[in-house]
Amino acid sequence: MITRPLLLTGGHLLDPSIGLDGVGDLLLVNGTVAAVGGNIAGPDDADRIDCRGLHVTPGFIDVHCHLREPGREDVETIATGARAAAAGGFTAVCAMPNTDPVTDNQAAVGFILAQAAKANASRVYPIGAISVGMNGVQLSEMGEMVAAGAVAVSDDGRPVVSAQLMRTALEYARTFGIPVADHCEEPTLAHGGVMNEGVVSARLGLKGIPSESEEIMVIRDILLARRTGGRVHLCHMSTWGSVELIRWGKERGIAVTAEVCPHHLTLTEERVRQYDTSAKMNPPLRTQRDVDALVAALKDGTIDCVATDHAPHHNDEKNREFADAPNGIVGLETALSVLMTWLVAPGTLSLSQLVEKLSCAPARVFGLPGGTLRRGSIADVTALDATASWTVQGSDFRSKGRNSPYLGSTLTGRVARCIVGGRQVHVRDGVS
Amino acid sequence: MTATETILDARACERTLRRMADEIVERTAGTDSLVLVGIQRRGVQLAARLATLIEEREGKPVPRGALDITLYRDDLQTVGPRPLVGATELPVDINDKQVVIVDDVLYTGRTVRAALDELADFGRPARILLAVLIDRGGQELPIRADVIGKVVTVPAGSQVDVRVSELDGDDSVVISPAKARGT
Amino acid sequence: MTGLGKDLLDLESLTAEQITAILDTAEPLKAISLRAIKKVPTMRGATIVNLFFEASTRTRVSFEFAEKRMSADAVNVAIGNSSVSKGETLVDTARNLEAMKIDMVVIRHQASGAARFLAERIESNVINAGDGTHEHPTQGLLDLLTLRDRWGSLRGKRVCLCGDVLHSRVARSNIHGLRKLGAEVAVCGPRSLLPNGAEEALGVTVFDRIEAAIEWADALNILRLQLERMTAGYIPSLREYNRVFGVTRDRLDRAPRELLILHPGPMNRGVEIDSDVADGPHSLILDQVTNGVAVRMAVLYLLRGGRPDLAAAGVAAGE
Repeated sequence: MITRPLLLTGGHLLDPSIGLDGVGDLLLVNGTVAAVGGNIAGPDDADRIDCRGLHVTPGFIDVHCHLREPGREDVETIATGARAAAAGGFTAVCAMPNTDPVTDNQAAVGFILAQAAKANASRVYPIGAISVGMNGVQLSEMGEMVAAGAVAVSDDGRPVVSAQLMRTALEYARTFGIPVADHCEEPTLAHGGVMNEGVVSARLGLKGIPSESEEIMVIRDILLARRTGGRVHLCHMSTWGSVELIRWGKERGIAVTAEVCPHHLTLTEERVRQYDTSAKMNPPLRTQRDVDALVAALKDGTIDCVATDHAPHHNDEKNREFADAPNGIVGLETALSVLMTWLVAPGTLSLSQLVEKLSCAPARVFGLPGGTLRRGSIADVTALDATASWTVQGSDFRSKGRNSPYLGSTLTGRVARCIVGGRQVHVRDGVS
Repeated sequence: MTATETILDARACERTLRRMADEIVERTAGTDSLVLVGIQRRGVQLAARLATLIEEREGKPVPRGALDITLYRDDLQTVGPRPLVGATELPVDINDKQVVIVDDVLYTGRTVRAALDELADFGRPARILLAVLIDRGGQELPIRADVIGKVVTVPAGSQVDVRVSELDGDDSVVISPAKARGT
Repeated sequence: MTGLGKDLLDLESLTAEQITAILDTAEPLKAISLRAIKKVPTMRGATIVNLFFEASTRTRVSFEFAEKRMSADAVNVAIGNSSVSKGETLVDTARNLEAMKIDMVVIRHQASGAARFLAERIESNVINAGDGTHEHPTQGLLDLLTLRDRWGSLRGKRVCLCGDVLHSRVARSNIHGLRKLGAEVAVCGPRSLLPNGAEEALGVTVFDRIEAAIEWADALNILRLQLERMTAGYIPSLREYNRVFGVTRDRLDRAPRELLILHPGPMNRGVEIDSDVADGPHSLILDQVTNGVAVRMAVLYLLRGGRPDLAAAGVAAGE
């Protein structure tokens, strides 16, 4: 498809990958960055977008989200998920394979790519399952899946219980140069748990998931990465203990990367309040000590990037007794604003650092294109209004899911535009 | 009426109660099978006074009891946060007795109606009489007192309060203008 | 008069004044159960549904007696708890009850938070008769009343909850209620059956050995040990539990003072409590059962009067 060139003028260009931090123009031609910085005249047939007052950054990349299609199109489709991603400034997302049927073969990978192309919003990179049917027993055909377009493998939703399988997966994935992403949860410790094991669970009479359930698998995966030389990526880290273990691994040069979700950087177990299922997810919200450690780890690079773990559920499913409600919250459309409000506004993180964690680092960790506005890179761009104040309302979501603990919160910072491959795929309502 | 008016002082109360005690005994033809039951709260103190006066007169013991009618009220759905329930103590079996219900003020008659219902759950007296210190009229049910201390006419909305020294520090009957009520 | 609000869901959210008001109300109501006609017309025509998702004989029967003695119309609904056929969701059950114009619901459910879940969705008064491992407020209240009857006041008294505190809603309600009324509270049992960080989370002292608890306490509230805990691996065997943690005559004889004994029932005689203790002179177990009906009558009575706007307008007691 031929699109006209796009010239973004007057925006504050912010790209830590090339040390860019100042007002300038950005020219996108034929799906790539043609020129960046300074005053750009641009070709006559270029569409111009006035970005004064906005920050212009490389498009965000979410390495962990659940798009529910195939199987649960009632709660999200690849199309609605991709549009939600674009509304959140994500020009690319990686879709976890715990669909129905599971994405454990090349045809399934192809299906996801085809649906994403039709949606014409953000890019969707499929993640293939580690094991067939996510059964934790038999390796899936990683080679075929990668050839069809898969960028990583994971059994997320479930842990890889067998250390032997994790070892084999790390060794086998090494052939194809992809990371193995693990949902770290020791099942017998976590069994039956519905929130963090701590003072709140003791008071509410709910079975808790101890931090050690995550940490035991974190160190196991790090040690196996060391043994195999494979690349392990640790999903949704939630404890200070995990942070210490990751630091230990990185100090030794082990190929371990890690992600953290916005909710684990901003909320604690107290948010469960009186059995509020919008605060129920796995791994659960933990204590302030964990939050503080995760924020510091993100800042110093121990944790590489932010991911949303966007997990839509139907209201009926969440409108149940706490123990029976499914785990998960949506996050694509609130990630940027939540982190800007909680971390950037008080000065804990600079906006440039946040962009690094949302864009540059995810690209690097998963070896994906983008994450930079360097000349010649793909034209995936996000323009955000750092001062916009807005109240989160489910009815505004592009996602079918409304399950968020941030509903009703007033946040600072909002995505204004999202451009994928040089085409504008999202413009916020009210922006000309 | 703007001010509080005392219509019976301690001395007048005593005289009135003495006369009531005599009337009661006259109506019941003596103290055989007589039981005085006071309605919580001040009816209880009045019943005790009357019983003592009768005992002095007749030289025989008169059983006295207390009845709390809160659980039998007909207005519980409209009276706001639950009133506290007081003690109900009937020292003797009331079957076949002459029970005299004693209350401080007879007004709408609903309290007495509740007391009648409650007594019915305890047994079947031979007869039930009503003795009140003040009858202020305004009955909303076909209930009348048999022994009355004093009949009083007051404007609607006024409050008639009987004070007993055991609870209020003095014995008197006081009329005050309408004001905010509590239980 | 301190109102209770719409529901009784837990003791954690009640003030000491509210708890005291319930106990004070229960006191005169005890007399009704001693009359020939064990009934007062107070709640005549009120419709109450006893919605029991978990099997229970004693609690349900106790509530039923309380409801009937207050002349309410009680309907018992026992819902099967098979994980295969969950049947109607709690949300739909709530809506159906509302549509039938029920005045009050007494609910026992296996999920912590279920009572609150229901209360948030229907206008009827909701009484929590036990939600998962969270709270069992009427049991807590009747335990408080039983102890108060003996001691006059709970302030400064030492009560130890013995057994599976981790899974006990009775324990949680007792802990909250006792602390609010000024008692000192401790728990005693194997660490695998006590919540991690109980001292901080629940504000209690922890005794590892029953002997130490007996030495310290003025009263023991002995919790039922469930067989499932053994099969789930929390303790090695019931026999060991009795040997190490059981409240036995021998252990009590060594107590420095007269120790009152409570047990919510049903008892596992010979496991957490020996028969000679359960049937002994300091056992208040039967008093608990008697008080249970009175406390539940008090709760029904107090919940049905939630119209503080009328109290403000000063409607007088019927003269």
